Amino acid sequence: MTLTLGHFLSLGAMLFALSVVGIFLNRRNLIVLLMAIELMLLAVNTNFVAFSHYLNDMHGQVFVFFILTVAAAESAIGLAILILLFRSKSSISVDELNTLKG
Amino acid sequence: MSVTTGLFYLFSAVLLFAAFRVITARNPVHAALFLVLTFFQASMVWMLLKAEFLSITLVLVYVGAVMVLFLFVVMMMDINVENLRVGFWNHFPLAAAVGVVIALEMAAVLMGGFRVIDDPNAVPDLPGGLSNTQQLGKLIYTEYLYPLEIAAAILLVAMIAAIALTLRARKDSKYVSPGDQVRVKAADRMTVLKMSASQVSPAPLVEDDAQTETKA
Amino acid sequence: MSQTLSAATLLVVPMAPLVGAVLAGIFGTQFGGNWIGRKLSHSLTIGGVLLAFVLSALTLQSVVQDGARLNETLYTWMVVGGLKMEIGFLVDGLTAMMMCVVTFVSLMVHVYTIGYMDEDEGYNRFFAYISLFTFAMLMLVMSNNMLQLFFGWEAVGLVSYLLIGFWFNKPSAIFANMKAFLVNRVGDFGFILGIGLLAAYTGTLNYVEVFGKASDLTALMLPGTDWMLVTVICICLFIGAMGKSAQFPLHVWLPDSMEGPTPISALIHAATMVTAGIFMVARMSPLFELSDAALNFILVIGAITALFMGFLGIIQNDIKRVVAYSTLSQLGYMTVALGASAYSVAVFHLMTHAFFKALLFLGAGSVIMGMHHNQDIRWMGGVRKYMPITWITSLLGSLALIGTPFFSGFYSKDSIIEAVAESHLPGAGFAYFAVLAGVFVTAFYSFRMYFLVFHGIERYDQNPDVHHGAHHAGKHDEAHGHHDVPHESPWVVWVPLVMLAIPSVVIGFMTIEPMLFGEFFKDAILVNSDRHPVMQELGEAFHGPVAMAVHALTSAPFWLALGGVVTAWYMYLINPAVPAALARALRPLVVLLENKYFLDWINENILARGARLLGTGLWKGGDRMLIDGLLVNGSWKLVGWISGRVRQVQSGYLYHYALAMILGIFVLMTYFVWLNK
Repeated sequence: MTLTLGHFLSLGAMLFALSVVGIFLNRRNLIVLLMAIELMLLAVNTNFVAFSHYLNDMHGQVFVFFILTVAAAESAIGLAILILLFRSKSSISVDELNTLKG
Repeated sequence: MSVTTGLFYLFSAVLLFAAFRVITARNPVHAALFLVLTFFQASMVWMLLKAEFLSITLVLVYVGAVMVLFLFVVMMMDINVENLRVGFWNHFPLAAAVGVVIALEMAAVLMGGFRVIDDPNAVPDLPGGLSNTQQLGKLIYTEYLYPLEIAAAILLVAMIAAIALTLRARKDSKYVSPGDQVRVKAADRMTVLKMSASQVSPAPLVEDDAQTETKA
Repeated sequence: MSQTLSAATLLVVPMAPLVGAVLAGIFGTQFGGNWIGRKLSHSLTIGGVLLAFVLSALTLQSVVQDGARLNETLYTWMVVGGLKMEIGFLVDGLTAMMMCVVTFVSLMVHVYTIGYMDEDEGYNRFFAYISLFTFAMLMLVMSNNMLQLFFGWEAVGLVSYLLIGFWFNKPSAIFANMKAFLVNRVGDFGFILGIGLLAAYTGTLNYVEVFGKASDLTALMLPGTDWMLVTVICICLFIGAMGKSAQFPLHVWLPDSMEGPTPISALIHAATMVTAGIFMVARMSPLFELSDAALNFILVIGAITALFMGFLGIIQNDIKRVVAYSTLSQLGYMTVALGASAYSVAVFHLMTHAFFKALLFLGAGSVIMGMHHNQDIRWMGGVRKYMPITWITSLLGSLALIGTPFFSGFYSKDSIIEAVAESHLPGAGFAYFAVLAGVFVTAFYSFRMYFLVFHGIERYDQNPDVHHGAHHAGKHDEAHGHHDVPHESPWVVWVPLVMLAIPSVVIGFMTIEPMLFGEFFKDAILVNSDRHPVMQELGEAFHGPVAMAVHALTSAPFWLALGGVVTAWYMYLINPAVPAALARALRPLVVLLENKYFLDWINENILARGARLLGTGLWKGGDRMLIDGLLVNGSWKLVGWISGRVRQVQSGYLYHYALAMILGIFVLMTYFVWLNK
């Protein structure tokens, strides 16, 4: 059968869902949390590219371009913060990051 | 089933398996490597969608830079691997439920609203006769020039921020904060001691007598 | 002399006592620095009242001889939505008579006080108060509108409170003055309802304007009921009179008011303040004539008061209480006359009663002074030997009270009895029986008191309540064997007694014809002769004062009075064992009378305690629990509780926040995708 837009979109949806599950599962590992975020971005990018292809519109791919840029920047800063946290707490457990509670 | 379709299913399966392994790997290094695999598969899927520039970019930028960065960080931190997995599968039911809900919602939205074009090949591949890269370039450098500049600035800011956050002072640096220099007081630098004018001089060492005499 | 009186002259009448009161009250007391001494205080106040009396007498002369009248507004205080609140005077026969009575009795009391309060610390304060009272009473009687009447009404109530509690360190005096004020307040509530209804339906407070519109009111009903509006108004106004003139059941304050010094008992609680209610009803006669139901109510209440208060007078041992219950009974008589539409008879009795009752009170005060402040008649006796002037004047007063022919009391009381006999109201039968029986009772208790005090064996040394030699050490030696005997009071005390005895004897004879059957009250009191022909029938039966007195020798009241005197003479002088034997035989009746029909018990334990319980309940339940606890405290506690719950959302855990975000997206997506189609 031929590939429809639906296939690609469902692929993106499943990828997104996996990354959300990853966020909830990884309470002890901040690094994997950040990786899950990368997965989320990947899922979104896939969606964009699929739309761009099926609607014959280049703007979708331009958007992916910029998303890639911002994602890179964000992961760099995220990792820098991770390193700082590790320096002060010697642990990357998300559970321990609760000093800002109400 | 055409080759494209088969390749799509192959790539998708590996993609999803790798993504699953990212989130469930015991060792963070393994997780990072699986993420690399995920990105490769995604890149291939994009290639199938005839977005070759982006797929190569994905590999170059994401895998080549971002994932390497991840691996650097993972390897340079002295993480206690055993503690990481305690209570891991406790939260799985909730997480799975959320995940299923998300997936269903998205499917409902996307399926319901976008019963559009079926055949990718019916669409002319290259409108205007340009390659994907050329088309992208044409759009970015004309219509999206300003966002491009901003994206550059963002990257610069990210770099500066990352450095500024994690920079530790060098141990042999003689840097003194200018603020501290200005706030100096004479009492911090010099202390005047009261001493009597005459003091009992210490007894001179016998061996050095001749030397000191010659020198003086 | 002219047809109209001078408003400026009339203004001096209430103002002169006021000035005296202010000067004595401020500069004569610690409040103003004790600048003026006793002599100057009493001179200023007596001077003020004397001036007022002289001008009142001149006004009366003007009114009677030249037919002068005045109805003028001196000052408009404010106008509220069309309702004018003014100060003004309405002077006609009724006013002039009241002015003279008030100022004369006040003058007598002022002079008497010089002697009676001689040893008292609050001498200047007392004079200030009684002058202030005179001012208030004059404003009341001279008023031409309901507002000023109410002002005077409240002011006399206030001064009565101040005077009853004059010896403010005595707890019983304080209890009495609060009781007087509060019971009066109950009456005033009805009064102000009546005034309010009148103002609402006639749009004015001025007497003449109200009376002009009175006939229009007869057609109206009180909204929401099927009672005639005029009846409701009249009953409300009469409730005010019940409070002020101490009618049953609002009479309870008057016996207690005997805690005050005797001069004020004479002035306020015999002659003037308690008569304000009677005066008010007489003044409002055009309104009361329109409502038979109200008149009947007045008749019955008056009859009950007249008879049952008389019964209470029989068993009293305090000389002042006997006279107090006598006052209550006589006020009942006046009220009965009002109910029978014989307003002029009621006012006539008011005048004669003022004289002889004030005389009796001042005489009692003189006896008390002579007995070194012992007030119990069981420990008196034979006083006539030592205090002849007091004796003679008290005898004259008592004879006037019981209605001895030719004395003033006879003319007024017998006129009341005849008026009730002529009345056709439903309650007239009971009222006639009550006033007739009351004659016997009055004579009995009056002469019981007279015989026990002035005649019989001297019982001064048998008084168990007096301490020997405590404050008379050094003055009299104990070789006498019995107490210091009484002595006659100084002239400042017995001159007023004589001055009051004279009108007690003659004024009835002199004024009955012009007042009741002449032109004296012609335009002051309005009687509907067709429906209430009482005065007409009295007029037809009247053949002059001498004839009336002679005729009375054959009528029932005279023989009843004589019977009362003889019974008292027998029981208290000839055979003193009889009262004790009767008291033992009729023990339940005596208990009932001693407890004043348990009305005081009801008031204190049921009404007052009930009100206090209500107040406490509202305080604890309503104020503390509901408002403070639930609304005020509850609101901040609720806020605290809510914020305590909401605070838990901010857990500090990243994945909680992530979950919140995901859930938020879920909700929004659901809304926009499915619900917003």
